[in-house]
Amino acid sequence: MSALTFILKTEPAQRIDLSPLTPDQLTGKSLVEIAGIELHSGNRKLRVDEVFDVSGKVANDIVIRNSCSKLDYIGKSMKCGRLSVIGNAGDYLGFEMAGGELIVQGDVEAFAASGMRNGFLHIQGNAGDYLGGAIAGDKQGMKGGTVVVTGNAGDRAGDQMRRGLLLIEGNAGDYCACRMIAGTIGVLGRVGEYTGYGMRRGTLLLTQTPSLHPTIVDCGVHTLPFLSLMFKSFASLPSKFAKIGSNRVHRYAGDIAIDGKGEILVLQ
Amino acid sequence: MIINGVTIDDTFAEAFNMRGTRVIVTAQNLKWAYNAANAMTGFATSVIACGVEAGIERELTPEETPDQRPGVSVLMFAMGSAVLMKQLETRMGQCVLTCPTAAAFSGIEGDPEAVTRIGLGKNLRFFGDGYQISKRFGGKRYWRVPVMDGEFLTEETTGMVRAIGGGNFLVLAESQPQALAACEAAIAAMRKVPNVIMPFPGGVVRSGSKVGSRYKAMIASTNDAFCPTLKGLVKTELSPEIESVMEIVIDGLTAEDISQAMHAGMKAVCELGAANGIRRISAGNYGGKLGPHHFHLQQIMGGAK
Repeated sequence: MSALTFILKTEPAQRIDLSPLTPDQLTGKSLVEIAGIELHSGNRKLRVDEVFDVSGKVANDIVIRNSCSKLDYIGKSMKCGRLSVIGNAGDYLGFEMAGGELIVQGDVEAFAASGMRNGFLHIQGNAGDYLGGAIAGDKQGMKGGTVVVTGNAGDRAGDQMRRGLLLIEGNAGDYCACRMIAGTIGVLGRVGEYTGYGMRRGTLLLTQTPSLHPTIVDCGVHTLPFLSLMFKSFASLPSKFAKIGSNRVHRYAGDIAIDGKGEILVLQ
Repeated sequence: MIINGVTIDDTFAEAFNMRGTRVIVTAQNLKWAYNAANAMTGFATSVIACGVEAGIERELTPEETPDQRPGVSVLMFAMGSAVLMKQLETRMGQCVLTCPTAAAFSGIEGDPEAVTRIGLGKNLRFFGDGYQISKRFGGKRYWRVPVMDGEFLTEETTGMVRAIGGGNFLVLAESQPQALAACEAAIAAMRKVPNVIMPFPGGVVRSGSKVGSRYKAMIASTNDAFCPTLKGLVKTELSPEIESVMEIVIDGLTAEDISQAMHAGMKAVCELGAANGIRRISAGNYGGKLGPHHFHLQQIMGGAK
């Protein structure tokens, strides 16, 4: 049985909302029905077969080929199954995702994993700004699940993140973990300015000491037992994070201008 | 039934329904895991006055524990869930939270219909006075409580299951040292059986009781029928050559576990045999009317593995 495959015919001029194309919504539908689904694109509606060549059968395993950064809301609210994107993806990737596996073999734009509640999201390229962050008007960003970014992330990664695991193997931009409510973020590369700005709770794991603003305070070097449990939980992930061994860290707490219960742990 | 000169009485041990839980206690090394677990399972021989019956089930290698440190598993049994939860909380708070480097984790997982989740570190977290931190890995919640030696790490809950307590057998010997040697051999064999504990000191109890007393205030008193020094005074169960009787009590998660432990223990006693002064193995019961579980000695020695 072959995966249900959507091949983008040509790169669209206008952005397209792909939220209807998730495994749970397409299960049980024939190719003809799928071809007739309408996709929002600006003030127009486009049929799926105007945009994609559709083939294959298994709706639980969807592949989007030739994908480009104009395709938004890929995997929105998906609950189960597997969705693979070959190429880049647009904004709001995995928005409010509730389960399943979403894999992007390319770069993604802003607000990936915003409102995500569960499941696994693997971005094999770079992520844009507000990775796992809250959209305007929302009080919480990512609320659960696991995100692995093989490349770099933009500014404000984990903004108002509430729960879950956000692992960035490359660098992260400015305001990483800003206004973070809880959860865990890991960055193996460098982070920019104002790291942990307005952080209330949660853990930011780093490998090198960032420039810290005055309301992040030094708590000294410690061996923390919970880290061995955390790293054990990383062991099955397709990521460099699976290989971290040491649980000796320099602990910084903050942001004391807010609540001061967040922590930045720098691996020693 | 006679094995190696030891008479196995045609009687049964009468056991009761209990609630049981398991906690995995780890520490920097086995010495400190034992320090925590020994404190936690101290004064926990009988539910009559201790609230719970508790004991160390076995040692765990670093590969078997959640945080990859050496540890021990502790089993705890009580007559009801409320007592068990209360005792677990106080013992965790006074014995594990206080013990340097110790951490505690859930020891029973599984189907929510059979396993009730009860608080392990759930309320201990408030010791952190607001500085406690919750972390979730693999669907489980853990608490990090800042303490003077660093951080106390504990899982939020552990599992509670229906269990059985009061499996037992009596070793009747020609002398006190011989009775004790046989019990020590039995305990050594029984400690290899999973899911059971022998809650009394060293696993052995010398003060078996009967229901009732001549004193109004006492609900139980010495089992005079098995007291060797009263042989001539009371309606005794003992033949002239018996000079000492000791009992081994077993609590376990299932009837099968208790049967296996009783089998292992009685087998070890019988191996010493009449040559070492062991004459009889019997069991304690209340006529079969109080406890729903009956462990027939001859059946266990004939049928079980």
